[in-house]
Amino acid sequence: MLQTVDVVARNNIKTVGVEGAPVLLLAHGFGCDQKLWRPVVERLQSQSRIVLMDHVGAGASDPAAWDADKYSTLDAYSADVLDVVRELDLHDVVYVGHSVAAMIGTLAVIADPSRFAKLIMVTPSPRYINDGDYHGGFSEADIDELLDSIDANYLGWSHAMAPVIMGNPDRPDLHAELEETFCRTDPACARVFARATFLSDNRADLPHVRVPTLIIECTQDAIAPRTVGTFVQQQIPNSRLVTLDAMGHCPHVSDPAATASAIAAFASTP
Amino acid sequence: MISLDFEDFWDNSPSGHLILSPDGRIVSANATIIGWLGHPRDALRQKYFADLLTTGGKIHYETHFVPLLRMTGTLEGVTVDMLASDGERLPMFLTANVKAATAESPELWRVTAVDASDRRAYERELLEQRRRAETEQERARAFAETLRRSLHPPLLSPPPGLDAADHYHTASADDVGGDFYDLFPLSPNTWGFFLGDVAGKGVDAAVVTSLTRYVLRSAAVFDEDPVRVLNNLNTVLNHQLGIAPHRLCTVVYGNLTPREDGFDVDLASAGHQPPLLLSGDGNAYFADTIGGQAVGMIEQPHFFSCRMHLGPGDTLVLYTDGLTEARVGPGIERYDDDGALLRFARELAPASASQVVDAIRALLTELGTGVEDDAAVLAFGVPRDGNAKAEAGF
Repeated sequence: MLQTVDVVARNNIKTVGVEGAPVLLLAHGFGCDQKLWRPVVERLQSQSRIVLMDHVGAGASDPAAWDADKYSTLDAYSADVLDVVRELDLHDVVYVGHSVAAMIGTLAVIADPSRFAKLIMVTPSPRYINDGDYHGGFSEADIDELLDSIDANYLGWSHAMAPVIMGNPDRPDLHAELEETFCRTDPACARVFARATFLSDNRADLPHVRVPTLIIECTQDAIAPRTVGTFVQQQIPNSRLVTLDAMGHCPHVSDPAATASAIAAFASTP
Repeated sequence: MISLDFEDFWDNSPSGHLILSPDGRIVSANATIIGWLGHPRDALRQKYFADLLTTGGKIHYETHFVPLLRMTGTLEGVTVDMLASDGERLPMFLTANVKAATAESPELWRVTAVDASDRRAYERELLEQRRRAETEQERARAFAETLRRSLHPPLLSPPPGLDAADHYHTASADDVGGDFYDLFPLSPNTWGFFLGDVAGKGVDAAVVTSLTRYVLRSAAVFDEDPVRVLNNLNTVLNHQLGIAPHRLCTVVYGNLTPREDGFDVDLASAGHQPPLLLSGDGNAYFADTIGGQAVGMIEQPHFFSCRMHLGPGDTLVLYTDGLTEARVGPGIERYDDDGALLRFARELAPASASQVVDAIRALLTELGTGVEDDAAVLAFGVPRDGNAKAEAGF
């Protein structure tokens, strides 16, 4: 039986901007949630229709939708993106994905190119672990260390958020609190998302992207080095690479003006 | 008046202090943190703060801590491992905030690091205990799930010409309720069915439930008369040593025999909620089995029996009190206090077995946390266009 998914609640969908304008679907990466897009949204909402989502397990997504087995690979997050565009009946979507969400979007536009006009990848990496000549930047031991770091930050988290993650439908005030709490991700979900992110290998998917693609990288990015940005650009047909003079892995936060301009310019190119 | 030596406080504070530029480079570091890390004083200047972290910690820092600091202006207590010049890992507790840019000075980040070795050891211990508790809980849950599955049939085996559907609602993931049911062939011309509830929950109740299930199936083979089946069950439960006297059990047992356009139903009830009949003409009423005594209480209990015929469109529904006793509202009101179930059935009728079970499943979902006990539902009925005898090959 076909089941309608309440994607709005599941993925905490927020829609802002101009009705009828070209649609930008903004998807967050590993770390935090859709709120990281705020500085970019402020700059683009006068000219676009912006749809924001939280991946299941992050932000204010529906805790009841979480399934550790299902969400252990990027396919599940990608299927959710397709649910979102189909349930909201979005067409000609310019999908903007930060970090791992760039790969989640890659899988989505390959699976159903009919919904997407363009793909914008912000600091993407198709594989984080070094592999022969390929320099992803990390070893598997580094990823274990990350999981340890998530665990080490577990205790302070769980006390504050325990009532919220229980998914208490009778307490809308708790949901409001979750909305207000910035960047708090259930460490159990963060662990699964971290593994799905950092142990994935999507290099072979890149040549199958059939929509015009923009890759945005930063000059100094400890997570996605510039060699990776070049690799992604070389692998995706009909793609362009823009290097922002921005710091870190989150140019939408550290240099939102340049990031928003790059997105707007590419989105409006015929 | 004491003159305040701020320079001394900066350098020799019990905490490590750093000032970073917004690109993450160290502008200044105090003597305390320089001492902890074992670097020469100037070696830290212009170095990326992230490079003082372990690689895994750096990923966490770049993906979580920096965006958080940039977006909110503060970072409230995160734990990281910093790397000393000799490679030693130093557990640290970090807090930070942002000094906004002014006309005179650029934006700066103020970072304070506190030695967290003791705290981290304590936290690791807690984490280990928590993991252990979670593992144990998962084991208990898996155990309960397996046990629960063993108490109701993986597949109903209704006779040809009879549609059957069932639903088991679990109130608690890590406990086992005492509800059980089955529908199974007895002879080429007879099928048996039962649904019941052992008082209480947990492993004790599950043992009695399991025993009850198997006694019913074997007693039915020995003598299919419903009242005698229940008497045999009562004898076994009374003889079973080690079963607490209050482990009583309410149950409906019955037989199905194909006749004419449907099935004859012979059933007996041991103090169980009366089955509901949703008739093909859109009416609904309780089977006449109210009263009777539970099994396992006394040596010669009295059971009620009745006989009915299920024709095309008729559906019989058996259920446990997890449904009727579901709490509604904040007080002591229960779902079926004033005949809600019968009204529900009357609105629904006529309905097939799967329609009834779907509707009750939705009702249980709606009752939500008010359903405090497990609830089992077994429904079977004759399809409107069916011909039981023909399909059964008689």
